[in-house]
Amino acid sequence: MNVILVAVIVLGLLGLILAALLFLIAKKFAVEEDPRIAQVADVLPQANCGGCGFPGCQGFAEACVKASAQGSIEGKSCPVGGKAVMDKVSEILGLAAVEAEPKVAVVRCQGSCAHRPRTSEYVGVKNCHVANATSGGETGCFFGCLGLGECAASCSFGALHMNPETGLPEVDEEKCTACGRCVKACPRHIIELRPMGKKGRRMSVLCVNKEKGAVTRKACDIGCIGCGKCQKVCEFDAIILENNLAYIDPAKCRLCRKCEEACPQHSIVAMNFPPRKPKPEAPAQPAAAAPAAQPAEAPKVAKVETPTPEPVPVKAASPVSEAMKEMPNPMSDQTQQETQK
Amino acid sequence: MKTFKLGGVHPEENKLSAGKKIEVMELPKQAVFPLSQHIGAPAVPCVAKGDIVKVGTKIADAGGFVSAPIHSSVSGKVLKIDTAIDASGYRKPAIIIDVIDDEWEPTIDRSEDIVRETTLEPKEIVARIQECGIVGMGGACFPCHVKLSPRTPVDVVIINAVECEPYLTADHSLMLEKPEQILIGVQLIMKAVNVKKAYIAIENNKPDAISLMKEKAAAFPGIEVCPLKVKYPQGGEKQLIDAVVNRQVPNPPALPADVGAIVQNVGTAYAIYEAVMKNKPLFERVVTVTGKSVKNPSNLLTRMGIPMSQLIERAGGVPEDTGKIIGGGPMMGKALLNAEVPVCKGSSGILLMTEKEAGRGEEAPCIRCSKCVTACPMGLEPYLLSKQSEYAMWDEAEANQIMTCIECGSCQFTCPSNRPLLDWIRQGKGTVGGIIRARAAKK
Repeated sequence: MNVILVAVIVLGLLGLILAALLFLIAKKFAVEEDPRIAQVADVLPQANCGGCGFPGCQGFAEACVKASAQGSIEGKSCPVGGKAVMDKVSEILGLAAVEAEPKVAVVRCQGSCAHRPRTSEYVGVKNCHVANATSGGETGCFFGCLGLGECAASCSFGALHMNPETGLPEVDEEKCTACGRCVKACPRHIIELRPMGKKGRRMSVLCVNKEKGAVTRKACDIGCIGCGKCQKVCEFDAIILENNLAYIDPAKCRLCRKCEEACPQHSIVAMNFPPRKPKPEAPAQPAAAAPAAQPAEAPKVAKVETPTPEPVPVKAASPVSEAMKEMPNPMSDQTQQETQK
Repeated sequence: MKTFKLGGVHPEENKLSAGKKIEVMELPKQAVFPLSQHIGAPAVPCVAKGDIVKVGTKIADAGGFVSAPIHSSVSGKVLKIDTAIDASGYRKPAIIIDVIDDEWEPTIDRSEDIVRETTLEPKEIVARIQECGIVGMGGACFPCHVKLSPRTPVDVVIINAVECEPYLTADHSLMLEKPEQILIGVQLIMKAVNVKKAYIAIENNKPDAISLMKEKAAAFPGIEVCPLKVKYPQGGEKQLIDAVVNRQVPNPPALPADVGAIVQNVGTAYAIYEAVMKNKPLFERVVTVTGKSVKNPSNLLTRMGIPMSQLIERAGGVPEDTGKIIGGGPMMGKALLNAEVPVCKGSSGILLMTEKEAGRGEEAPCIRCSKCVTACPMGLEPYLLSKQSEYAMWDEAEANQIMTCIECGSCQFTCPSNRPLLDWIRQGKGTVGGIIRARAAKK
């Protein structure tokens, strides 16, 4: 009995002393943290995707609170949560809401099997980075998509998938949060985050080939040859021509679509525009106008690939719907031929 | 028999063109000279479109100390300075020359006489080598003058005549036909770095070359022929130093010179002889064109800049069952994008693999048999490094000495699961190398 009592007393006392010690130490070494960091972190999506440019949601929360001391969190935005989350963050920090332009990933390559003939076969590891380090790739274009799907694998939101017919990635604009992971995953920097634009309408040059025009044309019949025709027709100075490649500055582009008409290679694509009425006298309607037909039914899904399988441009007279009907068969034939090779 | 101690494999030798005489290739219609034919800064063109050049005219200056000038191998008119696909599989800047005739620079001694004596000082020898654009001819293309200007004193020169890559016989044939010139070249290297001892290391599958070199070397004091066991990668620089003088080169950034050794390829020794004694810049080399289905596997003395398709044509054309065209040997060579790639300073061979050989086996999971670890001549763990590269674990890969890898391919050769070990390790090595360089630049 006595033994038990002594043990209880000794252990009890020991416990009390250590508890007091821990309490004092905790007081002394307490880390002062702004409680708003935890609050901000709570409203963030906790996807830890790093799309904001900070190490995870916690890092972003810390950066926001730190910036709020200067009175503004401008330039910081959570691409996953979007405006809704950023409004909440601003509220917690007692700041006015910041308008952030929603962005979306754009795949700047249209080099499907039909447009970009395969010249060699890659048999190494099915990984874009390894393939990129090994050689220029399976086609004559050393800048375009390698088609091994590193970007699709990197997407945490299921917004990117490889189209088996074209061998190119496609963005599901509804799911894309513009976190930028795919941009980093692509060794060839083909994917770009571009402002969504009103109703999702925007113009892009879907090519990144910096080779001279003749070389590009030989490799791919839909690549930008840097002819500068788009630059000439643009009234808003929105087109930058550098290294034989055109680029549309989204801040300046007014969506007039003149460049799309002027582009002889159909590298410039207008996305999510309503279908145009075919003009009977118009000289060779751009093939790229065809995907514009799509949004009428499904306005949110970006069709990166022009559905014109033949290398020759679609005739002006041929109605868009007919061109689309014809689409699948020749395309799959072509794909089969390529795989047999 | 001497050999390196750690790892190694025994690929089938397949020296189909062994013992064949070196044939001289005819001139091309057009020659293409990529500006980066060597490790280091690309060369800078010093000719312009429309200029007339002769054989041996310098067409591009070195772009830095670790770089080498490039000389024309043909006489003709500079068509353009443009881009061309080279052995890297990418389009790179190149000088393209239309061939008119075969007029050589008058300073080049074209006679067949062997010149034995020189009054040049060591520094002058190195300067001549630098001017003549000589790089390591074994395939890595490291500028030769850099190796011959070591930071620490060296006491031994090793001439790499191992040619451990299967199929290739360019060095072998060169030894059989130009033994004395090679030995004079070795003497010049010894003089340049002030070394009294040189070994010529030859793998034991070339007995004719060993006996011939031994016989001729008797007249050259300090040069000894050292036969080595047949084992891949016997010709790796570090393996060779281990085998011949039993010294171990520490992990990078240590260089062979840090253990007092300089290794030069036998082809380089010959090029040095020609540069110093005959004033002939590097614009010619011996290339082996071979393959199991090739009609006439041959050793061709060819000018640089000539499209590889012309060499293949000379050897009997592309066989029907060709699966891959490899620039270099089967172990370390690289598949070419097309046959129009020009012959460069480092092109030791062209191998036309049959479809059966070229195919990769189906990849299976790693069974932890550790064959790759046993085979690795650098004592690394290839299975681990490849996984770390795959999962982008760069810090761990660096800690596990990924930069020590010599990319010999023994691991992938020996893997029973056909795992693409080297593909991943190369990828990791490239990335980790970039990280290390970025870190050094920050400091």
